[in-house]
Amino acid sequence: MTLISIDGVSRRFGEVTALDSVDLDIRQGEFFALLGPSGCGKTTLLRILAGFEQPDTGSVRLDGADLLAIPAHRRPVNLMFQSYALFPHMSVEKNVAYGLERERLPRAEIRERVGAVLETVGLTAQARRRPHELSGGQRQRVALARAVVKRPRLLLLDEPLSALDKQVRSEMQLELKRLQHEVGITFVVVTHDQEEAMSLADRIAVMNGGRVEQVDAPEDLYERPRTPFVAGFIGANNLFTGRVTGKGLEVDGLGVLPAPAGSEQGGTAMLAVRPERIRLGPVTAGEGVLRGRVVDVSFYGGVSHVALSVPGHDRAVLAATQGRARVEAGAEVAVSWDADDAALVTPPL
Amino acid sequence: MTARQPAHVVGKAAGRLATMGPGFGFLTVFLLVPLALVLSYTVFRRGRFGGVVYEPTGENFTRLADPLYLDVVVGSVKLAAITTLLALLLGYPTAYMIARLPARWKVVALVAVVLPFWTNFLIRTYAWIVLLNSEGPVNSGLKALGLGPVELLYTDGAIVAGLLYAYLPLMILPLYSAVERLDPQLREASANLGARPARTFWSVTLPLSLPGVLTGCVFVFVPSLGNFVIPELLGGGRRIMVGNLVRDQFLKARDWPFGSVLALAVIAVLVLLLFAQAWAARRAGRGA
Repeated sequence: MTLISIDGVSRRFGEVTALDSVDLDIRQGEFFALLGPSGCGKTTLLRILAGFEQPDTGSVRLDGADLLAIPAHRRPVNLMFQSYALFPHMSVEKNVAYGLERERLPRAEIRERVGAVLETVGLTAQARRRPHELSGGQRQRVALARAVVKRPRLLLLDEPLSALDKQVRSEMQLELKRLQHEVGITFVVVTHDQEEAMSLADRIAVMNGGRVEQVDAPEDLYERPRTPFVAGFIGANNLFTGRVTGKGLEVDGLGVLPAPAGSEQGGTAMLAVRPERIRLGPVTAGEGVLRGRVVDVSFYGGVSHVALSVPGHDRAVLAATQGRARVEAGAEVAVSWDADDAALVTPPL
Repeated sequence: MTARQPAHVVGKAAGRLATMGPGFGFLTVFLLVPLALVLSYTVFRRGRFGGVVYEPTGENFTRLADPLYLDVVVGSVKLAAITTLLALLLGYPTAYMIARLPARWKVVALVAVVLPFWTNFLIRTYAWIVLLNSEGPVNSGLKALGLGPVELLYTDGAIVAGLLYAYLPLMILPLYSAVERLDPQLREASANLGARPARTFWSVTLPLSLPGVLTGCVFVFVPSLGNFVIPELLGGGRRIMVGNLVRDQFLKARDWPFGSVLALAVIAVLVLLLFAQAWAARRAGRGA
């Protein structure tokens, strides 16, 4: 069921087009991510949903009702700010109670709901502290509790993990998913960090230059990028541009590369091959599709990355292997992959 | 640890002394010493032709309780307080709007606020006499409307207007810097949580700008309380404020000890205020 439907939303700031006719549907109860580099318009879209900005054109509906006609303070939409924006002169419990007091709920109910949400985020012991007496992770929990306690229809999270150090991040990641599952509120997270988006969200909208490039589940985005931008932005990819033929993708200077069937022959297209799909083998006659020389081997523990220089291709080809790499810098290797492991992206650049 | 200090520590201390020394020296000679003299005069008798006779007495302080003088002190505090309150009511909206202007208009507005300071204080005060006298433009306007003439000059109202006019910028500037420093996201957070703009102002903007409010109030109240030129020119000498009293005791009545007691009373009120302001600022600062 669709909760939010965004239709043809555009927003310009002077000469800059922040949003260019964006269409999106966000479903009830899902964990949705807006992903893109800085300046792609994701923050503007978030501010439009929160009511801090109005689009120049287009409509935003929540449950079929016009959201844009409702002022910010009356929307059933809450936002967890990137900077948390906690009120520095109020204790943790006052911060959390602030939104409920605005609804003029009975005091007993406010106390009960504040207590319950603080317990959920594990801050019962810190209820009377001021924000400056808390750690970064604790402040974030307060910000989250303050937004969740309102039981909004839609919860917006602006770069929720960016200010946390690595260990707290993964902890918070799990907590966000658990919380979303528990409260059943629709979450929309805005982030430039693809790992954050991939690990949290059910569906991701990849944005670039004010437009939505692709909306899909994380696995589909990764396996089947539909635009060159997505292919290059999500994860590492080896990209080749060429013409589609019956046997694969014909690339100038490299020959015909294995590519999945199904695209129209004769058109130009971009082939994306994941590093972990690439096989390296000994150079024997007839083996492999490309010849390369190992330039660099980096060991990351669980995986190793091998960078190869391939004559005729201007960028290094990246291969990932489990555990230690079995090749050394300077070695000549044969590079190959299965046609079905690669993705063909049309139209190309 | 040996008693000998490493050379660089000694050098650092000498350097600090060299930089702070002149300023502290000036303050010691021209502020602390006179202040100590004033303090010591309070317990001695007056000389017949001015000066001090060094016979200890407490009568200067008992004289302060005389309703004649107490009324002047209370009346002065009242006028200064009214001035401060009006300055706050006028200054806060002004400062708030300036803080939300685009950057280049902020500069223009701030310069406009400070502009009157470029003209001599006495000239500006005389201008008020011209404005407020019975034939002045204000009364002409009132007459034309059939409301006047009204006695404006030489009233408490004229004194308050003069003080307000003189010290309003001292209210606006600290308020501006307090409001300008506030994170605009706090206002957005408040709206996002369901607060109307008025509620956001009372619950978020005002409490967080309280240090600026207190600074502005002290900046206006202190010079208003001690001022003796405006009461004389615009009050016509009918209303005496503490400042006039202090001056008269020293220069006309030549009663230095009692003048010192009055000065001390003013200083005591101000020191109390400064402590209150520092306490509130620290309290708010801890949260921010």
